[in-house]
Amino acid sequence: MNIAASILEIAVIGLGIAVMLADLWLPREKKIWLGYAAAAGLALILFGSFSMSGNPATLAFGDMYILDAFALFFKRFFLIAAILVMIVSIEYSPKFQTGKGEYFTLVLFALAGMMFSASANHFALLFVSMELMTITFYVLTSFLRNQLLSLEAGIKYLILGALSSGFLVYGIALVYGTTSTMDFATLREKSALMTDNPLLLVGLLMIIGGLGFKIAAFPFQFWAPDVYQGSPSSTTAFLAVGSKAAGFALLMRLLFVAVPEITLQWEKLLMVIAGITILYGNLCALPQRNLKRLLGYSSIANAGYLMMGIAAMSASGSTAILYYLYSYMFTVIAAFLIIILVMKHTGAEDIVHLAKLHERAPGLAGVMTLSMVSLAGIPPLAGFFGKFLLFEAVIEQATVQSSYYLLAAVAIVGVVISLYYYFGVIRTIYWGKQQMIPEDIQISPASKAALWVCSVVIIYLGIMPERLMQAATAAVESLKF
Amino acid sequence: MSILTFILFLPLLGAGLVALLPKTAKGLIRAVALASTALPLLCAILAFLSFNGAEAGPGGYKFYQKVAWVTALDINYQVGADGINIGLILMGSIVSFAAVCVARSIQDRTKEFHFLMLIMIAGIMGTFMSIDIFFFYFFHELALVPTFIMIGVWGRGKNKDYATYKMTLYLTLGALVALVGLVLLYVQSGAKTFDLIALQEQLRDNPISSDAQTTIFGFLLFGFGILVSLWPFHTWAPVGYDAAPTATAMLHAGVLKKFGIYGLIRIALPLVPQGAQAWLEVLAWLCMGNILYCGWVAMRQKNLNKLIGNSSVAHMGFVFLGIASMNLIGISGAVLVMIAHGFLAALSFGLSGYLYDQKKTLDMDQYGGALRQMPFMGTLLVMAMMAGCGLPGFANFAGEITVLFGAWKSLPWFVTGTAWGALIIGAIYALRAVRKMLHGPVANDTPPLQDAANYWIKLPYVLLVASLLLFGIFPSLLTDKIRTSVAKVVKSIEAGTQDQETNLAEESVKTELDIQLAGQD
Repeated sequence: MNIAASILEIAVIGLGIAVMLADLWLPREKKIWLGYAAAAGLALILFGSFSMSGNPATLAFGDMYILDAFALFFKRFFLIAAILVMIVSIEYSPKFQTGKGEYFTLVLFALAGMMFSASANHFALLFVSMELMTITFYVLTSFLRNQLLSLEAGIKYLILGALSSGFLVYGIALVYGTTSTMDFATLREKSALMTDNPLLLVGLLMIIGGLGFKIAAFPFQFWAPDVYQGSPSSTTAFLAVGSKAAGFALLMRLLFVAVPEITLQWEKLLMVIAGITILYGNLCALPQRNLKRLLGYSSIANAGYLMMGIAAMSASGSTAILYYLYSYMFTVIAAFLIIILVMKHTGAEDIVHLAKLHERAPGLAGVMTLSMVSLAGIPPLAGFFGKFLLFEAVIEQATVQSSYYLLAAVAIVGVVISLYYYFGVIRTIYWGKQQMIPEDIQISPASKAALWVCSVVIIYLGIMPERLMQAATAAVESLKF
Repeated sequence: MSILTFILFLPLLGAGLVALLPKTAKGLIRAVALASTALPLLCAILAFLSFNGAEAGPGGYKFYQKVAWVTALDINYQVGADGINIGLILMGSIVSFAAVCVARSIQDRTKEFHFLMLIMIAGIMGTFMSIDIFFFYFFHELALVPTFIMIGVWGRGKNKDYATYKMTLYLTLGALVALVGLVLLYVQSGAKTFDLIALQEQLRDNPISSDAQTTIFGFLLFGFGILVSLWPFHTWAPVGYDAAPTATAMLHAGVLKKFGIYGLIRIALPLVPQGAQAWLEVLAWLCMGNILYCGWVAMRQKNLNKLIGNSSVAHMGFVFLGIASMNLIGISGAVLVMIAHGFLAALSFGLSGYLYDQKKTLDMDQYGGALRQMPFMGTLLVMAMMAGCGLPGFANFAGEITVLFGAWKSLPWFVTGTAWGALIIGAIYALRAVRKMLHGPVANDTPPLQDAANYWIKLPYVLLVASLLLFGIFPSLLTDKIRTSVAKVVKSIEAGTQDQETNLAEESVKTELDIQLAGQD
């Protein structure tokens, strides 16, 4: 048994318990400090993670848990996301009447789930980590207990989440039933010999469905807009970034490590999922007036772009996914932080509330513009290079199998459509008609720092992609293409 | 460090400085913007004068510089100039400087406008000096967001939002389609590099299969074509330029729009020549659409800006015609028209902006006898219109006549004949506009038009007219440089297409042999 391999998760859980205990003794007005403490603790853990190496891979807990370059890459991703989300949560927390400390704790536990999922090498750990994350999110989505929309979001997420867990368990049972193993390494050998076993295929499809729910890919995307709109904005940010990335980490490990032979048969299926997800997300985002809802549909569209990388079924496709996730994290978190800052006192998050933002807060207007431009995928920002890598991976496949051209065409149509609504936000910021009396926008130093970090990274990843590219390439090597 | 890097980064540096300056320091902002385009202009003139193909660097590029960017994909920051783009770089810097001069009239949110304009200028410069196909695309897209915001915030007219979106969506679509072509080139070449020089060397020895070439050229043709307003994808141009603020229209119509043509000449023709041959006929027909249809539409316009916009689309037809001829004279002519039209479009939009600022309308019926009120600017407008209809003495004449010669050599006679006939259409709408606006009785309902008050206001326009005349009277300043580089392009076209012929010949010999052998059996 090699407990040292999972030291990062243990540290996060320890931090979560410490925050929970401290919550009991801290007076009410000082609970906000728990958030700062948690963020600082996570920063320390992130710093510590750089003393670890995923090469060669370490196995632990009866080979259920694997620590390789891929897992470590994602663990760092989740830690960075959680630090930023913690700052977003602090900014949002005045809206919670009670339970600030609990909120911070739950974010930490969800983080632990995500980090475990990055290391899942066995269906049992896959399921447990997934549930740790999802059950925590049930609470986080409905944390505004006296708001109908938040409760609605929580219920929707609960029912559909439970359904997808059902899919997942059923699928795992079928896979276990046909192959009599839940271990990915063994499954890799066994599944290669059973590529046309219908029960195994049905089981795997159900598992993909269960994971598809997490990443909000078609046809499991229905929950996303409602839950994104109703949940507290900080939860939405974490859901958009963390939950989606965890889903992709699991999906990649499952498809490319556990059942690579079967995955090869599914290129058409994966392409169709990617294509429909892109079109659905982008088309539905067009008429949206609510910014969070718009970002919800945009997150569906982005799941579609990321699925392109899966559908490419190549090392370059997976590298592209890892890169894209980073760029997506910083842009989306910046956007949600600005939503919180600008719309503190407005009931709903309508886009019109951004009108004339460039006069009220030119800095925020600039960051929001950066974020939207990066989401639209325009140079010199992070989102552009991510999309470029995804396109490159797909076109590389198109020279072998021409149906990938169709996927590329759909993606182009999607990008052009998305430009309309992303630029619509920019338009509102710079020359929209103001509909209400502007209020003062106050930014706490932590939020200011987070916004600076996000904007610098968005630009940095766009003009200096080399470092992250190397890291992503190294991480993908452990997927054994 | 290459002099080109200075030309590229000085505007970016200027943009950074402008961002740091306080909003109220308008004078300082103007000074920074002027300096960060005047210095590159000096650099560009220096580079142009010292350019003599004699001691060329790698791949025939002078002022070459290469910095590794992403090693995994072999993307490099790589700039250089040869005879094709040295003139474009000079033209781009002159137009950029002129545009910054003209932007004086922007009174609202001066800081933001200058910031965006300088970013756009950097994008323009980067596009024309990159010899890495990734950066070539990258810099072009860099200018997209500034264009969007500039038209949206400072644009004019009721249809401003519509025009902004139409232009942005069209341009993105074109750019993405072209990107697919570029990535395909990267994948298919097998060289795994975005370095244009390395790609060229790789493809010289192992050309891509002719089917793949046809696919790639198709993507590049339509992607770049949308960006250069190839008929029938041209409708964004007149609408967009009509709504754009003066400086943006000058920069976009004058320089940035040439990105697509430059891409076709620099990348598509030499690297996938067999594909080009396959699409030749289509291109020739489509450019007829530009020349005839858009010229016809221009004749019916009542608004000066729409007229200039449509006529600029029509002029692009000549460039496409030059490309379609695929010979030394035609392509050289296309490059020359590109440069000449850059000056001309910038001059025309600059002058129409000058008029708009005074009268708040460009409806030609509202004008009359303007030449009497503003003899200086009026004369410039007459000159711009004359240059537009191809009067000898202006650079446009030199370019268009060369294109026609080139087309005559390799395209059917009626194509050249139609293009020649279209010059008459150009003369009709240009002369009509001059008559309506500048001659006749003075329109008396509004405060009289003011002529340019001082040399500062005259400077940008004079600079552009002077360039048109200089390169019109001494076209050899450009053609000598252009010819040697275009000759290389043509050589690789010939080599690429001959391969195909010899291959076919070999194959037919082989089959004959097979048949004979089979007969012997």
